[in-house]
This record gives sequence, structure tokens and C-alpha cells, in this order.
Amino acid sequence: MDSIDLEVRDGEVMALLGPSGCGKTTTLQLLAGFLAPDAGEIRVGGRPVSSPRSVVPPERRNMSLIFQSYAVWPHKTVHENVAFGLRVRKLPRHEIRERVVRILDTVRLDLLADRYPDELSGGQQQRVALARALVVEPEILLLDEPLSNLDANLREEMRFEIRRLHDATGITMVYVTHDQGEAMVIADRVAVMNHGRLEQVAPPEEVYERPTTKFVASFIGRTNVLAYEPSRLEVAQAPVGRGNHVVCIRPHEVLLEKPANDRCNRLVGRIVRIVYLGEARDLEVELDSGERLRILAPPSTRRRLGEQVEVFLPVQSCRVVSE
Amino acid sequence: MPAVALRQQAGWVVWIAAALVLLLMVLVPLAWLALSSFQDPTTGALTLRNYVSTFSKRIYLEPVLNSFKLAVAVATIAVLVGTPLAWVVSRTDMPCRRLIRPLVLAAFVTPSFLGANAWIFLAAPNSGWLNRIWLALFGGEHGPFNVFSLQGAIFVIALYSIPYTFTLVSGTLELMSSELEDAATTLGSSTWRTTWQVTLPLALPAILSGFLLSFLEALELFGPPAFLLIPARQQVMTTQLYLFFSQFPPQIEVAAAYAMPLLLVTICLLFVQRRILGRRRFVTVTGKGGVRRQTRLGPWRWPALGLALIPAALSVILPYGALLLVSLEHVWGKGPFAPGNLTGYWYRWAIFDNATTRQAIEHSLEYSAGAATLAVVVATLVAYMVVRRMVPLTSLLGFTAMAPFVVPGIVLAIGFFAAYSHPPILLYGTAGILIAAYATRFLPIAFSNASGILRGINVDLENAARTLGAGRIHTLLSITVPLLRTGLLSGWLLVFIPALRELSASVFLFTPRTQVVTTVIFDFSDAGNYEAVSTMGVLMMLITFLIVVAAYRFIGREVTRAR
Repeated sequence: MDSIDLEVRDGEVMALLGPSGCGKTTTLQLLAGFLAPDAGEIRVGGRPVSSPRSVVPPERRNMSLIFQSYAVWPHKTVHENVAFGLRVRKLPRHEIRERVVRILDTVRLDLLADRYPDELSGGQQQRVALARALVVEPEILLLDEPLSNLDANLREEMRFEIRRLHDATGITMVYVTHDQGEAMVIADRVAVMNHGRLEQVAPPEEVYERPTTKFVASFIGRTNVLAYEPSRLEVAQAPVGRGNHVVCIRPHEVLLEKPANDRCNRLVGRIVRIVYLGEARDLEVELDSGERLRILAPPSTRRRLGEQVEVFLPVQSCRVVSE
Repeated sequence: MPAVALRQQAGWVVWIAAALVLLLMVLVPLAWLALSSFQDPTTGALTLRNYVSTFSKRIYLEPVLNSFKLAVAVATIAVLVGTPLAWVVSRTDMPCRRLIRPLVLAAFVTPSFLGANAWIFLAAPNSGWLNRIWLALFGGEHGPFNVFSLQGAIFVIALYSIPYTFTLVSGTLELMSSELEDAATTLGSSTWRTTWQVTLPLALPAILSGFLLSFLEALELFGPPAFLLIPARQQVMTTQLYLFFSQFPPQIEVAAAYAMPLLLVTICLLFVQRRILGRRRFVTVTGKGGVRRQTRLGPWRWPALGLALIPAALSVILPYGALLLVSLEHVWGKGPFAPGNLTGYWYRWAIFDNATTRQAIEHSLEYSAGAATLAVVVATLVAYMVVRRMVPLTSLLGFTAMAPFVVPGIVLAIGFFAAYSHPPILLYGTAGILIAAYATRFLPIAFSNASGILRGINVDLENAARTLGAGRIHTLLSITVPLLRTGLLSGWLLVFIPALRELSASVFLFTPRTQVVTTVIFDFSDAGNYEAVSTMGVLMMLITFLIVVAAYRFIGREVTRAR
């Protein structure tokens, strides 16, 4: 981990998004209290919980954690798994039973309460983990890539399920993932991380439309990266700040025909690859400068391999980001 | 990033206590041993006299030479017999080769001191049966065999070291792909040449390892030398230590000085053995199996089987036969064919009539059970601290837990005596010192076992409990231990069973009120009461066998029931 400075607002879903090894799981472990920071502080509601000198242990933080492996205990039934946290808090038996039944109902596992985890599917185990984490009504819910072990369809379904649970309970969530689609669906704000540092923290739309660095632009959605030369390319906004800059434009924003209204940059190149995808045609064009542009064109586009073409880059779509 | 500090976690007392007990079990006795070796017996001042007096006298240097001769001979035989045996069982088409393994296992689990006693019945001069059969067949004055000699000791110890080399070498050979040998064959090499120049050299690390282990074992053994060499008045280092100890008052300081070199040699050899195994040059197990074909023995098949059965016959069939027969004879000197000599008298005597033997059996079971429980509890707590990295310097903790592995039983006993035969912790004369000694001797096994199974438990399972509010101890008890149940039971057995048969430390630490089966056997053998020796020996093996069977039944049921 390098150093990060992050604030999570009450009731929001903050996604920590980044590739493997970027430090997002470590951040979660720090938040949960399994690791102590070398420097800096972690505060919850203004109260410090972690500092290099002292750390409130996980069992006293009132933060639930959903693990990538679900960590559902194989020697306890679904009911016993979910009841565990309440038993630790020494609640009366009837209240425990009531709350467990209610939460199992919410996650739609009410009929499986007496089963053991090895009798459940991955998705069902996932919901056991959710129920177990939520029934204790924690202040904060931490999720560590909870959906990465599920198949694609189930993943999509669970994304919405998790969002629904959040909206129903209003709980603050920190959600770690490497899947940008997931982050876009679930999060109120996305914190993009790379090499232990934060690249950008903003709502999903802003992170997609107005990335501030090359990494964010290429991590969220696909993007083309071109050298920044004001003489060659006119851009939407001049760069601020020092450092190297590059120009990013998304493949579907590059056009092969000059549009009527927008102001455009015009470049020339040769088609080196063309693939029919059904939804679109995927082309790669090599420019005179040697750079390559990836273009997603409408399926009706008729071009041939090796053909010389003009490409049009609307000024509004040309974003300058730092490297 | 440091893990959350130990002192900030609830229940830290338990962990400190476990580490403390570990210290008392391992480091304190060893420290006392080292200290005693430098102490003057009367004044307690530090001196080198003990070392000088022991190693400058010829009478004390001879046992060192004998130990060395014994160890070299045993290791050589073990390798020369074990390697070909491993080869024919693992790589050829010898008939009935599947039979050999259980026989080797039977030799493996037989305590060598029991085998030594059985061979007394077989090869004692004049009264040993083999001698008597020889005399009956060929006449003459004396039978050719005398087990009460250095050669006899070498023979017996080697018989029970063969399983080690066999297991190590066959393990390597099993995994070796035939392609390596095929490469030689396609270049025109004969079977013999291939085996000699390709197969065996590749098994060299295992062979060397087997040599070293057998060497070490022979150096440290007390039982067979005690039974076979003390009557012959030939000493090895371990029996000499016993002699120092059994004087009145026990010469602890001299014994400690005599024992230190033994300890150092053991440590060095084990270090060397690790280095050998660590060499990558000999790696043939690449995970990509490859075909393992058998070498055809052709006309040698049946002779090979005959030869292969000889070690088993000598280490298992003959000895157990002798033990059983002697235990069923009223007077063993008369032989099994004397009328009315076959009887269950001695069994009745041992179990019901004789208070000493009955108590010894009870004590063995109690102390071993106590030791197993102590070892498993300490080992599990320490292993947990190490595997979950709860404290800094966990490798030191792990090292301490494994340290008893390099300490010969006798040396450990001397250390325990030196440390705990006086205040502040006076354990000598009680069952406590035996329980502690057993637990310490077999702590490494319990620790390895516990570490292994703890590593198999996903730490997320425990972390989940902690995020829900359970502290470390609560998590350990409600999540970890239930999941470890079967593994812990196996660990318990891994200490209980060897403790039942432990001889070298017991002999040094027992008193008339705390006798166990092995010390009783020792006393009876000393007195020449061989019927009692064989009876107790058979009973010991029977009890062990029954417990193992019952335990596996129980574990089997646990495994199918557990979730």
C-alpha cells in the first residue's frame, strides 16, 4: 500500500475498484481491524479505531465482513450460522429466532434454515453470508469481491440483490471488486485504485465520462490513448496541472464519417483489422503517427482490410488526462 | 503491516500460559542439562572437570567407540538390505510384493527392545532355541549364536532399522518415472546396468537420508543395548549414561557432560540430513507422473521373494512367535514340548495376581493419556500462534516446539531430572515427571500434526466469527476446534501410542511407585524372568493394537458424520 486518503459518507456504497494487487483487499483488512496501519488513522463516525499505536480489534468494531470465500461454517446449519453473531451478543433466545427468521425471509432462504452449507449452491451460500452479516445490524458492511465465485448470470442477479438490500437497510457499504461492471451497478461512488494509491474517487458516471488519469480511463470501459499534441488534436478542455498528459477517446466515439454538427479532429490511417461482432464492427486503424485506434462502428459499416480511411474524433470526446 | 498486537486482544493470558508451559517443557530441561554439565557435584561451582574426567578415561571412551561401531554397522546393514528390498517391491514384478509392505509395517511398529528380548529367547547362548536346534541337529559344545554381544546388538537394531530405509527409498522409487530408465535402455543399457547407474543414483538422497536416520537411531537407542550389552559388560554411550545415573547418588553432572556430545552429534547429523534432502539436483518428482513400469525379473522372481521375506521373518515372524510361545510356557527353559508347560498362567498372573504388573499397566495407560492430552493442548495452542502469526518471532516458537525431536530420550530424561528433582518445581518421584517427559518427547509430532491441520482451515472462517463479535478464544473454541476434531484425535493418538512404549526416559525417571509397563519389562529382563518379560510384551502390543483399531473405528465414524 502506498497512501490513501478516503472518506466514506454515511449510508453510501463506496466501491474500491482496481486490478489484482492494487491494495483493495489490504484496505479492507485495515478497515476491519485485522491489520494495523504503519502510519495514519482510521476513524469511524469521528472516533479513531486504527492507528499505528493502537487498533480496536475486529470483534469490537461492529463491522460485518463478507468474504470472497463466503466463510460459511460447514459444521453449523444455516440457522446456526446466521444466529452466531446474535448469540455472541447474548440476546434472548426468542429474539434471536425472530431476527434470524426475518432475515432469512429477506434473502429468501427461509426454507433452507436447517440445511448444512455443503447442501447449498454457491449463490445460496452467498446469501447465508449476507444474512449472517446483516442480522447483527452493523454500522458498516464490508464486502470483499463477494460475487467473483459465482457464474455470470447469478452474478448479475446478485448485484441487484445487494443493491436492493442496501436501499432497504440504508447501511454504509464498502465494496471491493475488480469488476468495473459490478462497481458501476452497485456503487454510489467509485474509488479507483492502482498500486496502492487512489486514482480517482467519483460517482460512476463521472468516472466513466470524465476520467482524470490514463489508468482510470483505460480501466473503466475501453479507451484509446493518443499522445497529446495541441497542434494535431483539438481537445475539449486544456489540461490543468503539470506532468505528462495524454488524450483519451472511447472506441465507440471515433467515427468513420464526418458528423454534421460536432467539431471534429480529422486523422488519416489504414485499416489493419476488421471483425464483425454482430452488435458492431470492431476495427483497428493504424495512423500515420504509428499509433493505433480501436473503433467500434455500426454493423452496417462497409470497409476493407488495408483500406486508407479518414477517422473523425469529435473534440468533445477527446479528453485530456494525466499519465 | 503488522498484525494487531497480541496484548490488545482478549484472552491473551491463555497464549502467554501456553508459551510458558512450552518453555518449561523444552528449554528449561535442556538449559539445566547444559548447566549441570559444567557444575561441580559438591560445590555447584562452574568447572570443566566433568568433561575432562569423562573423556580422558579409557573406560569411558570405549563406549563412545562402541556406539560409533554400532551405529555405522547398523546404518550400513539397514541401507544394504533396505535399498534392494525397496527396489524389488517398488520397481519389479516380484510375486507377492504387496505382502512385503504390511510385514515391513509390522516391523516398524515393533519396539526394538521387544525384538531384542525376543532374540534373547532365540539366540541366547545355550538356552536360545536356535542354538538348541543347532546342537540337536549338528551336535557340538556350544551353539553358534550369541545375541549378548556387540554383533548381536548390531543385528537386532539393524533388523528394526530396515523399515526406515525401506520406506524412504521405496517412497522415492515409487515416484520415479520409468522414462528415466527407458532413456538408458534405448541407449543399449542392460537392466542391471540401468539400475546401477540410473535408478539407484537418483535414489541417492533417500538412501543417504536412510543411512543417517539409522545411524542416529542406533546412536540414541537405549533398549536393545541395555538388554543385550549390559549383561555382556560391553557399554555404549547410552548404557554408560544409565550406569552413571544408577549409582547412588546419581552422577548427574558427569552424565550431563557425557550426554552433551551425543546431543551435539545428533543435531549436526540432522542438519546434514536436511541439507542432503534439500539439494535440487536430485529432483525427479516433477509432478508430471510419467509411466511407471516394472522391471521383469524373469527366473529371479521366486528367489527374490525368498530373499525379500528374510528380513520380515527375522524381525516379525520369528520374534513374535518366540514371544508368544515363551509367554505361554510355565518355565521357558523347559521348552514348549515339555508336558504341561503350555499354560496361560503368566497372563493371569500379570493381569490379576501381581500388583506391580497390574499397576504398571494402569499407570502406562494413565500417564500416556495424560501426556497425550498435555502435548495436544500445548501443541495446538502454540501451532495456532505460529500459523496465525499472532506474535512476532513465531519461527522461534515453532523451533522450540520441534526441538525435542533432536534430543535423544535419555538426554531429555537427564535434563528433566536435573531441572525437576528439586524445588521450585519438584516433580521427581511423581507421575508428573513421566507425563511431562513423554509429552515433551512427542511434542514435535503433535505440533507438526496440529500445524498441518490448522493450515488446512481457511482463516476466513475464523475472521468471519471475529467480525461478528467473537474474540480469539471464543472463535478458537466454537469454530476452529470443532473443525479440527478428527485431526486433534489423530494427534492425540500419535502421542499416546509411542508414549505407551517409551523406554529410555522412563527408565531414568521412574520410581517404585510410578512403574510403567516398559520399566517392568526392564526389571524382569534384568532378573532373568523371561516368561514375565514376554507376557508383558505381548500384553503391551495387544493393548496398543486394540486401542488403534478402536480409535480408527471411532475416527472413521467421526469423519462420515462430521460436516
